[in-house]
Amino acid sequence: MRLPEGWVTAAALALLPAVALWAWAADEPFTITLATRAAILALAAVGLNVALGIGGLVSLGHAVFFGIGGYAMGILAFHAQTYAPLEIGPLTIAGTRSMPLIWLVATAASALVAWLIGLLSLRTSGIYFIMITLAFGQMAFYFAISWTAYGGEDGLSIYVRNGFPGLNTLVPIQFFALCCAVLLLAVALQWRLRASGFGLALDAARQAPARVEAAGLSPRRLKLAAFVLSGALTGLAGALFADLNRFVSPSMFSWQLSGELIVLIVLGGTGRLAGPVIGAALFVALEHWLGGLTEFWLVWLGAILLGIVLFARGGVVGLLTGRAGPHV
Amino acid sequence: MLAVEGLTAAYGPVPALFGVTLAVAEGEAVALMGRNGMGKTTTIRAICRMMPSRGRLAFAGRDLHRLPSHRAARLGLGLVPEGRRCFGGLTVAENLRCVARPGPWDADAVADLFPRLGERMGQRAGTLSGGEQQMLAIGRALATNPRLLVLDEATEGLAPLVRAEIWDAVARLRGEGLAILLVDKSLKELSRVADRAVVLERGRDVWTGAMADLDGDTAARLIGV
Repeated sequence: MRLPEGWVTAAALALLPAVALWAWAADEPFTITLATRAAILALAAVGLNVALGIGGLVSLGHAVFFGIGGYAMGILAFHAQTYAPLEIGPLTIAGTRSMPLIWLVATAASALVAWLIGLLSLRTSGIYFIMITLAFGQMAFYFAISWTAYGGEDGLSIYVRNGFPGLNTLVPIQFFALCCAVLLLAVALQWRLRASGFGLALDAARQAPARVEAAGLSPRRLKLAAFVLSGALTGLAGALFADLNRFVSPSMFSWQLSGELIVLIVLGGTGRLAGPVIGAALFVALEHWLGGLTEFWLVWLGAILLGIVLFARGGVVGLLTGRAGPHV
Repeated sequence: MLAVEGLTAAYGPVPALFGVTLAVAEGEAVALMGRNGMGKTTTIRAICRMMPSRGRLAFAGRDLHRLPSHRAARLGLGLVPEGRRCFGGLTVAENLRCVARPGPWDADAVADLFPRLGERMGQRAGTLSGGEQQMLAIGRALATNPRLLVLDEATEGLAPLVRAEIWDAVARLRGEGLAILLVDKSLKELSRVADRAVVLERGRDVWTGAMADLDGDTAARLIGV
């Protein structure tokens, strides 16, 4: 097939709202929850796609940012529901149930950690970069497990979903609309980024770092900026994911989750605008349907992934547009 | 503008440059010549801070040894590396835009210099012919609005017609007063655009002077033409 990529992107972006609206009309709240889950995972994958798809940074530690976003929500909401302010040294911070505030903290904290991790890990490349990001992921995971103040291994339950001005976030379709709007904004951001001078230079730095350097740009700084932006987006997704489940646990830091995010992107199409959205929708759909049929649904997911990697390098977007890469 | 004195460099334990001295003044075109393996490309790489080196290396009044390579480039060193190779995945326009810095050399100016590129702005660089890719590599260096354009074997392996087109462009840049340091094997073409020549032999500069003073015997002995 050779569909124009713009159409594929538009169709992919329309898919989740269409499913959610149908489920709303048919009174199927569980399907809305599935669509919300797909939108949030897609947002996390859009974040990773900035680093991996454009910058070529295979991070096996993006769950760190997802988890930080989740715990930002968990900790702030926990202090709000226990009415005990958060005390860090001389600072006393009140908890909050406001999503915009939580998002701000989640993105800022993820961006800061991404900057620190990036400073260290971007000295390496290839397999070493993968291993270092994985190591940071494991550090965060074991830290969360031993952090008994916030539930340790058992995680934290938040009883009421946090609020967003003007919305009742406990109504599934309203929470979906919120998540979907954030996802669309993130996709728009990725689109603008790809076409900007920074995005082009980042793309060029992936292809040939030495030549970018000879042209007066530092590939490492470009990659660091991309990594920070990527981490911030994935952190925001983590905060939303925690709100969807009203629960945070160390599993949000697990390396399996980092791997899943990569799988989503490869399924959908690496570096493609619609790749993360299609990948996440497919993943959640398979998880639900195949998971309902067999306990071993991951075997089938593995087979599908194998098929894509062997026969459709550009993922689903590549299959639909007939072009293996974003620019081929 | 560019002052190199006693430049030494090595590939790991193997020394490649044993002390190269050369200078390029504002608005001047200098040809760097020598047989294969005498250190031309190594000199270029060392000047552009793409490999470690020792000695004096000053550009625009700054000590390049104190700067990482991308900072050196930002001072105005526009390198067209050997073997061209653009960013194949990007279009011609994107290749120019991704490294652009403000100045007179924008995409339109490059299209004016190389009309063939102007016709292919939306085409992916990987699908261009070798000559067009070389033009794009020069265009990309120009898009950084350099003070000194460094051309390493800009016409190697290209068809005669394309070579002529590139030499015409280099001559035009030269005429507009852009300083150029160029490595090439074609003595005839170099003598058309270069003011001065520096000839390298075994990692040392062995002859420096006005291009017009490079007589046939010296050329035959040192360059093999």
